[in-house]
Amino acid sequence: MEAYIKGIGIVSPQKTFKTHDFLSEAVEYNTNTLRCIEPVYTEFLNPILARRMGRTVKMGIAASSVCLKDAGVEIPDAIITGTALGCHEDTEKFLMAIIDNDEQFLTPTSFMQSTHNTVSSQIALQLKCMNYNFTYVHKNFSFESALLDGLMTLADTDAHNVLVGGHDEMTDKHFRITARAGHWKEEKTATMDIIHSKTPGSVSGEGAAFFMLSNQEGNNDYAKLRALRMFYAPESETEVHNKILELLKEKNMTTADIDCVVYGISGDVRYDQKYYNLKNALFSDTTATYFKHLCGEYQTSGCFALWLSSMILKTQTIPKSTLIGKNNKKQFKNVLIYNNYMGAYHSVYLLSQC
Amino acid sequence: MNQKICVTGIGIISAIGDNVEQTLDSVRTGKSGIGALNHIATRHKNDIPIGEVKHTNQELMQILGLPTDTIITRTTLLGMMAAKEAFVWAGIKDVKEFRTGIISATSVGGMSVTEINYKDYLNPETKGDFLKYIETHDCGDSSEVIANFLGIKDHISTISTACSSSANSIMLGARLIKNNILDRVIVGGTDSLSKFTINGFMTLMILDKEQCKPFDAERKGLNLGEGAGYIVLESERAAGGKEILCELTGYGNSNDAYHQTASSPTGEGAYLAMEKAFKVSGLKPENIDYINAHGTGTEVNDMSEGTAIERIFNNKVPKISSTKAFTGHTLGACGGIEAVLSVLAIKYNMVYPSLNHKNQMSELKFTPNKELTTDQPINNVLSNSFGFGGNSAALIFSRH
Repeated sequence: MEAYIKGIGIVSPQKTFKTHDFLSEAVEYNTNTLRCIEPVYTEFLNPILARRMGRTVKMGIAASSVCLKDAGVEIPDAIITGTALGCHEDTEKFLMAIIDNDEQFLTPTSFMQSTHNTVSSQIALQLKCMNYNFTYVHKNFSFESALLDGLMTLADTDAHNVLVGGHDEMTDKHFRITARAGHWKEEKTATMDIIHSKTPGSVSGEGAAFFMLSNQEGNNDYAKLRALRMFYAPESETEVHNKILELLKEKNMTTADIDCVVYGISGDVRYDQKYYNLKNALFSDTTATYFKHLCGEYQTSGCFALWLSSMILKTQTIPKSTLIGKNNKKQFKNVLIYNNYMGAYHSVYLLSQC
Repeated sequence: MNQKICVTGIGIISAIGDNVEQTLDSVRTGKSGIGALNHIATRHKNDIPIGEVKHTNQELMQILGLPTDTIITRTTLLGMMAAKEAFVWAGIKDVKEFRTGIISATSVGGMSVTEINYKDYLNPETKGDFLKYIETHDCGDSSEVIANFLGIKDHISTISTACSSSANSIMLGARLIKNNILDRVIVGGTDSLSKFTINGFMTLMILDKEQCKPFDAERKGLNLGEGAGYIVLESERAAGGKEILCELTGYGNSNDAYHQTASSPTGEGAYLAMEKAFKVSGLKPENIDYINAHGTGTEVNDMSEGTAIERIFNNKVPKISSTKAFTGHTLGACGGIEAVLSVLAIKYNMVYPSLNHKNQMSELKFTPNKELTTDQPINNVLSNSFGFGGNSAALIFSRH
């Protein structure tokens, strides 16, 4: 199961929306919570509608709309999203109203938009698209599950263009709550320094990104998604390393064929060693990049990594801000992404130049 | 792609019983589980009847053999009860023998705990073990705990497409086997009641203050419920010499693309989902012996679904009923619960009554089955599930 990526739309804490610029200047933050640079929504949404929508819904609709246009697709054959938290702002709003008003004087709007499938269904509603529509909500496999379904849909139905996206938003309250569970750094950190921070916790992030997957090669594709693997609670790091080697073998490749590895290094001293261990074990001489200092840590951060890898393959350049060490490569044919969220969920993507 | 998807295990818990046996007793005696709400502190407690699972969380932990101070949500406990039953039924002893996965569905995940703890989570002065519940909020948490409980590692995912969630998880499971990603997979869903859901549906004003009356001209809305339902799907090779309860032969998914929470009057999404399910199964509407309808009892759903059914069946509607007047609408779990009931309908050649139906809807020609009937072979069952956001799903179960 493979697919061409023929369109992308991405809202992130970087200048990634509706631009061909590839991180020529990284936006640097000195904080422990990164928020998206939000688009002006009037181009994508009726302002009355937009006022009633949560941020993640608006960002999702804007990203999907840019992706459709980028791919030159009006109506996709399927809409598949992944989101760990869903429409958290609306969920919180309704929950707070229940608590503050003791279950009285409630209005349905935020409840109606609190369901996790709101983004995929709002896109369907806007496009009047009655095709296959799915929403995955499994923590750090949310986006990856959506992507796997996209690959399957291209293989087992007559679909040619599948819109796959991931989105998650951070709110002030949710940041405070998850900080208590030890997710985030206590200190504010300059994002370009998190890789050296040596403290527990990461910097929280958010984003919304959509990709048009197709089984038909186009003239202007970003990259080809060759494989996607998810490893749940592996018994050891060696197990993950061996599975990556198996995957490469299956594709008639060796580690030497990988021109760049994108690591999910988040600056969390408790988990980052896994990335360095993979690097040392299999990819010690391969160009290494990372991305969570640019978008923050969130459960659908795989979206940002997929965008980054697609852009590396399309532009044949690597933004300086993403490099770990030096790059000696001039040509990039194959990129591997290895991402992980707090230990249990490991994902690997393999992409090739078109 | 033409390989058979065998159903080898079923597990269920809802207001009408803790397992398959108790559920069968209830449906055979026409005993609804909808009544008073006991386990949630809500001011609406006496306003609406609800299909609540009779046990407290502590009782569920005891039944499952867990220490009663386990950090665990009701959604997870209900899921563990049903998933364990399905796993035992399928006789799975060595999880590593075949590539085994879990696809679970839920609409609100750990909300029933989050809503109790929320203010304390936000208060930095609070301390204690309850903070461990922060990690149980995500929808994926229940699937993770169930996977660990059963020892499943090869594939794990969670689906949330509102009230069609667990029908979609069943569909996905079949596709993962057909695409040679898994050999067997436990699929279905779990949802516990919460103040969040109760108040949400209150604001939408679609809760009946009495027992719900699906497909009745005087229907006033739905009754909420809670529970879990899982089935085990296996490839023919993995199913080996086991008892095959039935096959999952058809599935279809579509979007109504009409309104965020209401179905279109003509049920376009429902029609398309059923049409796709027929196409995948190779069956025709006249092959269906029983329809387990989504049939929530709301003004809009029953009209929309009924219209779509009459259209796809060309007005020759087979036996049809909604089992929601037994269990309540269990939201993210209903597709799983109704899948188990559909499998049992085939196993025992049984059509369930649509309880509380008295008045014929003038807009529809069919009348739902009013009594339990066992007088005809049930070889193919169509099960519908529709949700907020227009997410529509249809499944077809067939005799092996």
